[in-house]
Amino acid sequence: GWSAVAQSQEIQDEELKKFCSRISKLLQAEDLGPDTLDSLQRLFLIVSATKYSRRLEKTCVDLLQATLGLSACPEQLQVLCAAILREMSPSDSLSLAWDHTQNSRQLSLVASVLLAQGDRNEEVRAVGQGVLRALESRQPEGPSLRHLLPVMAKVVVLSPGTLQEDQATLLSKRLVDWLRYASLQQGLPHSGSFFSTPRARQPGPITEVDGAVATDFFTVLSTGHRFTEDQWLNVQAFSMLRAWLLHSGPEGPGTLDTDDRSEQEGSTLSVISATSSASRLLPPRERLREVAFEYCQRLIEQSNRRALRKGDSDLQKACLVEAVLVLDVLCRQDPSFLYRSLSCLKALHGRVRVDPASVRVLLPLAHFFLSHGEAAAVDSEAVYQHLFTRIPAEQFHSPMLAFEFIQFCRDNLHLFSGHLSTLRLSFPNLFKFLAWNSPPLTSEFVALLPALVDAGTAQEMLHALLDLPCLTAVLDLQLRSAPAASERPLWDTSLRAPSCLEAFRDPQFQALFQYLLRPKASGATERLAPLHQLLQPMAGCARVAQCAQAVPTLLQAFFSAVTQVADGSLINQLALLLLGRSDSLYPAPGYTARVHSVLSSQFLALCTLKPSLVVELARDLLEFLGSVNGLCSRASLVTSVVWAIGEYLSVTYDRRCTVEQINKFFEALEALLFEVTQCRPSADLPRCPPQVVTVLMTTLTKLASRSQDLIPRASLLLSKMRTLAQSPATSSTHSKEGAEAIRTRATELLTLLKMPSVAQFVLTPSTEVCSPRYHRDANTALPLALRTVSRLVEREAGLLPG
Amino acid sequence: MVHAFLIHTLRAPNTEDTGLCRVLYSCVFGAEKSPDDPRPHGAERDRLLRKEQILAVARQVESMCRLQQQASGRPPMDLQPQSSDEQVPLHEAPRGAFRLAAENPFQEPRTVVWLGVLSLGFALVLDAHENLLLAEGTLRLLTRLLLDHLRLLAPSTSLLLRADRIEGILTRFLPHGQLLFLNDQFVQVLEKEFSAAWPR
Repeated sequence: GWSAVAQSQEIQDEELKKFCSRISKLLQAEDLGPDTLDSLQRLFLIVSATKYSRRLEKTCVDLLQATLGLSACPEQLQVLCAAILREMSPSDSLSLAWDHTQNSRQLSLVASVLLAQGDRNEEVRAVGQGVLRALESRQPEGPSLRHLLPVMAKVVVLSPGTLQEDQATLLSKRLVDWLRYASLQQGLPHSGSFFSTPRARQPGPITEVDGAVATDFFTVLSTGHRFTEDQWLNVQAFSMLRAWLLHSGPEGPGTLDTDDRSEQEGSTLSVISATSSASRLLPPRERLREVAFEYCQRLIEQSNRRALRKGDSDLQKACLVEAVLVLDVLCRQDPSFLYRSLSCLKALHGRVRVDPASVRVLLPLAHFFLSHGEAAAVDSEAVYQHLFTRIPAEQFHSPMLAFEFIQFCRDNLHLFSGHLSTLRLSFPNLFKFLAWNSPPLTSEFVALLPALVDAGTAQEMLHALLDLPCLTAVLDLQLRSAPAASERPLWDTSLRAPSCLEAFRDPQFQALFQYLLRPKASGATERLAPLHQLLQPMAGCARVAQCAQAVPTLLQAFFSAVTQVADGSLINQLALLLLGRSDSLYPAPGYTARVHSVLSSQFLALCTLKPSLVVELARDLLEFLGSVNGLCSRASLVTSVVWAIGEYLSVTYDRRCTVEQINKFFEALEALLFEVTQCRPSADLPRCPPQVVTVLMTTLTKLASRSQDLIPRASLLLSKMRTLAQSPATSSTHSKEGAEAIRTRATELLTLLKMPSVAQFVLTPSTEVCSPRYHRDANTALPLALRTVSRLVEREAGLLPG
Repeated sequence: MVHAFLIHTLRAPNTEDTGLCRVLYSCVFGAEKSPDDPRPHGAERDRLLRKEQILAVARQVESMCRLQQQASGRPPMDLQPQSSDEQVPLHEAPRGAFRLAAENPFQEPRTVVWLGVLSLGFALVLDAHENLLLAEGTLRLLTRLLLDHLRLLAPSTSLLLRADRIEGILTRFLPHGQLLFLNDQFVQVLEKEFSAAWPR
């Protein structure tokens, strides 16, 4: 197989030219046999296999186009010619045109090539006009209109305003005929011979999918052994109906542009629309809507039958979805349909909500009730309760449902208004879709989070996100412990986790597991640390690992959303939560490190948003610094906290900052620095990054510049660090570059401290200095200032004796 | 409506990355309008863009399928059939859907519905807000027809030089990208028509 592709991609121009002339000879001679077929297949592969266009000989291209027009040519060849021309497209070397003398199958092939040109020369319009003329010129029961209707549908979707009013009207009339008046007798067998008895040739009646004789007009859920042309057109007409209703109007997407639609909806609710006999007198577009309505009603009724075949049962569900979608369009275009639609759909909803196999129909139904809410007077709250409470908990494992459910949330946000709290409070249930299907749904949730985030539930949500991999593990356990009677097990069959399953069933831990599996935000948080240990054996499970990969991205999205709505108090709480959870994370490989990285940058972001949090949370931060054992495992977070202290623990950012606080922090950081220098890397602990040391030194210097009694102590500390960095003993703790960085920074800081007022200016700039202008101005940027001062002092020192 | 249909390779998860994801067949129904851009777009550039969009979809489907297979703990050998007679139960094949945002890679936002069978991925690129139940059903049907009529289960056959059959199936079951509401009997009749025009 691959050799064919490789050959096709590597074929040289000269060889291709020869190949094309061979094909040209065959086509010219109208040799339509197997040789030509093989050659054309080869040519198709050559043309389609590369991204870059291949130049085909003009004669060859012309002959391919001509072959499309031959009246007696096997379909296989014509289909290939069209495919080759399509694969070449868009191309300026084609001269294909709509030729009304060709049969409709050929026209359909020509259309596929023309529509592939990208509408560079109004091909779409030309094709549309061509189809219309073909539709007009044939009798209503013409033998092959069914090749042309899909072309029309495509044209209308590609270029909505392309038909004129009268043309759209004409086609609407034909659609009415096909939708409503298709024959109720089966088609005649092709092989009906002259000699067969009339009885044998008598077609039977059309049946319903459960085998009963058809009770009303023909629809896509009507079956038989053979079908007539108008029955085919019925199928196609319904298949394109929604697109036609939406796009065939001259004004574009088919919505009524009334100023106050809700008023109109309300006033027409009491009007019972015209009966079908009176509706025959309606103008064509309105008549089509009426027929569409009846068709949908019929489908809804037909979907209640127990289909004999699985394929038909699947189709019934798809028809229900489509019927609801079409009714939604109809009601938007003409509110007088609302009253009748509602009674029909409420009954459907009642049926569907108790049938787990029809769960996907619930989503368009919910959308319908949402869209027509006020006028509907439907208890939409009950609809959402059911939707958000039960479905995610029971069906999170279905990838298609998960996707559609989240789409539904995303697409209907603007309609949720009154029910936004239901959506928001249901985030634990929604997270089940995410925990189980993280690869396709992560980006969807990143888009959805801003709508879900709420000041009241923010903390609970942050905990839930940090514990998301746990949720994945627990959902797996839930499936294992109560296997549904499905064909294949839904849990990870490559992993055995007997201890976890036992824990899941252990009454001792019920409360914790139930909390994790709760459907709604509870308002309270539970410490799930015991579960982290219990579920550790599942950390290697692929699905858990995939979820763990997704969490950092979700955290970023969460923080960027929550900072929009958080007040000062919430920011403080989030900062504390962040620090608190940093040593209480699910032990999945690599998870802790990645989460720490996000948490540390988010902590800084919170500080930037509200610098005074450092002063307000001084006691908690001190506690955090004091309790950091295994400092190296939280290095990124510690670095951020220490840096933030250096930046924001000053009266500039909060007048309440006292000298006492500064001194307390100084002591704590001094102790931390000491601990770091004692830290020896081992098998378990990673090497402590030099940034921790440099940030500690810088922050200590900053604090000293604000409480100048500390300067001597700071200077002593810094010279000790410099000495230490130069000693050979340090080579085991830091790399050469790291040691060098520490030495350099210690020296710079020492130099600064020799000139306290400069130090203060540089290390604790006032707010004007913090404005970007100061930093763009090269004379005031901090690193430059440091270097300049260093050089000045060194030069001075060089002039002094000793 | 369907914007494109494609068939591409699926490499088994957990094996080394030998080679690239290849698009074996693709069909774009109609074309995206060139964006409003003062520079004239060469026809060749548009064609190149179209090919790259399809390849981007194939790569993403492959990635999604691989992740799903890993997550469900299926062994990588699951993608190979035991014998050519074995029916592949399509209802249990890995499948899913994901959204593509506007400009990434198509101009309009689109939805992809995909199915993985043996070492092949089948995907439909849909306009946003399509009937996904119908799309799923259509994709399963197309896959079944292609597996049957191209005998893809037999190890030596390949679909590369049989584009005419694929085209024949698409013109009947997904004409110009139109998803059709076909009940079982309609499918049978259409399939008979196809078999008559394309004898095995």
